[in-house]
Amino acid sequence: MKILVCISNVPDTTTKIKFAEGNTSIDTAGIQWVINPWDELSLTRALELKDDATNGVKSVTVIHVGPATSEPTIRKALAIGADDAIRVNAVSSDAWFVASQIADVIKKEQFDVIMCGIESSDYNGSAVGGMISEFLGIPSVSAVSSIKFENGQSVLVREIDGGKEIVNVLTPFVAVVQKGIAKEPRIAAMRGIMMARSKPVKLIEPLQIDPLTQILEFEKPSPRAACKFIDAENPAQLLDLLQNEAKVI
Amino acid sequence: MSVLVYTENWDGKFKKLSFELVSYATGVAKMLNTTVSAVSIGKVDESELKSLSGYGANKIININSDKLITLDSQAYTNVISDIALKENASVIIISNNNTGKAIAPRLSVRLKAGIGSGVSKLPLNLNPFTVYKRTYSGNAFAHLVIKSDIKILTLAQNSFDLVEAAGNATIENLNPAIDASLLKTVVKDIQKQSGKILLTDADIVVSGGRGMKSPDNWPPLVELASLLGAATACSRPVSDEGWRPHEEHTGQTGKIIAPNLYIAVGISGATQHLAGISSSKFIVAINSDKDAPIFEAAQYGIVGDAMKVLPKLVEAVKELKK
Repeated sequence: MKILVCISNVPDTTTKIKFAEGNTSIDTAGIQWVINPWDELSLTRALELKDDATNGVKSVTVIHVGPATSEPTIRKALAIGADDAIRVNAVSSDAWFVASQIADVIKKEQFDVIMCGIESSDYNGSAVGGMISEFLGIPSVSAVSSIKFENGQSVLVREIDGGKEIVNVLTPFVAVVQKGIAKEPRIAAMRGIMMARSKPVKLIEPLQIDPLTQILEFEKPSPRAACKFIDAENPAQLLDLLQNEAKVI
Repeated sequence: MSVLVYTENWDGKFKKLSFELVSYATGVAKMLNTTVSAVSIGKVDESELKSLSGYGANKIININSDKLITLDSQAYTNVISDIALKENASVIIISNNNTGKAIAPRLSVRLKAGIGSGVSKLPLNLNPFTVYKRTYSGNAFAHLVIKSDIKILTLAQNSFDLVEAAGNATIENLNPAIDASLLKTVVKDIQKQSGKILLTDADIVVSGGRGMKSPDNWPPLVELASLLGAATACSRPVSDEGWRPHEEHTGQTGKIIAPNLYIAVGISGATQHLAGISSSKFIVAINSDKDAPIFEAAQYGIVGDAMKVLPKLVEAVKELKK
């Protein structure tokens, strides 16, 4: 079995976002780039599945659509333990563009399980995983918080409103994963970092695809009014404000 | 032309989320000077279906098929895309919840329709079609142009007010042929929590962080939530420690919520936590550190030890309820 983990390169989640070029892009100065948190959890789970030989996972490959500047994030994924990587050499323009590129690679390389994070922390689109599956005409299961193989069957836990479902699905499939899929992201050890340098990163030139969407500009969320402080000895005053000023209780 | 909205049901019942979607669809349809067709999949009775017209649906397409009881994203995509084409839909509206996230991207590819995900306002412009969507986990919003003929919008939960309308929708029962060999996801078991207010549905949420100090200290927080009819939530360290179930984790990688009132108890307000709650209409912070960043996000604050403030707050709520 071959697992493919799709990774996105995003600003570290503590970044204070600033804009540039008349609010049409973000100011990348000083930004630390990381593997999108959900993708990092996917990769961790893929490696856990490979570690248990009974699962028969032969390889864990990561794929990323991005320019050469995102190489450090790919190397990090290799250092964590991915066997090899594929980079589609293009600046991603929207989910349609990225999913088209990844689906095309999968058609040629064949993977059994494709894992994608449920969203990226930059565009919050929640679209790439589902799109890949539709391009390939294969099943997708979304909001997956657990994945394992039992007697040759894939057993997934899908989160639904107010509960969960245990789902069987035939390979090949796309698992769109959320929190819970792995307890904590795996951290690269020194040996992994050394080994990552010599692991293969296959470079693929992109298909010509016109994006379906385009960001015109960004804006900051509207600032909130300053906090009103209430004496800790007088919580009734808080309730009065919530009832009569905010009108929420 | 029409606006198509997929209205999910839960055991045959719609909830506020469904009505928000129809209200939003009606708003979009008004801008486009067209009508709203709502699609319901599942066993929903006629009076429940009719309730959608109270928010502006003109037509309700009802699909009650044994084969579609649980979500198979391919089968749902087949059914909804066929209807979208038949209804000549120019805009398709779906929730940004887990079901929506499963269906919208597949529909996008099937119909070559661009997605604006997590929209929280009516479109900003029709030409070019521009929507307002959450990006950078709530630290920024984007004006996104969708260039395709058909547009798919996924609506952020609790972001759009219900708008009642005097409607008298027609119900069309549809019985699409479903190829059983296409059903590739099989649901073996469903585990539901009963009797709890769902975090994503709640108007009020009471949430605890590391400042609660121990899982044993939760009873007054739970009591406060129960008195206010609120759901309970927690910060990431609390769920990582196993003090509370991970379903309660609210924040960037956990649940993204937008209740009317969010009460943060002993939560410092890291960027990642704020990403999950910043769309709350009002935030109350209770924290012993007056410099904690949560007070920058909050409208109302109490500086004090959670374990001392909570019991007093509980008493005050009881007093208020008398």
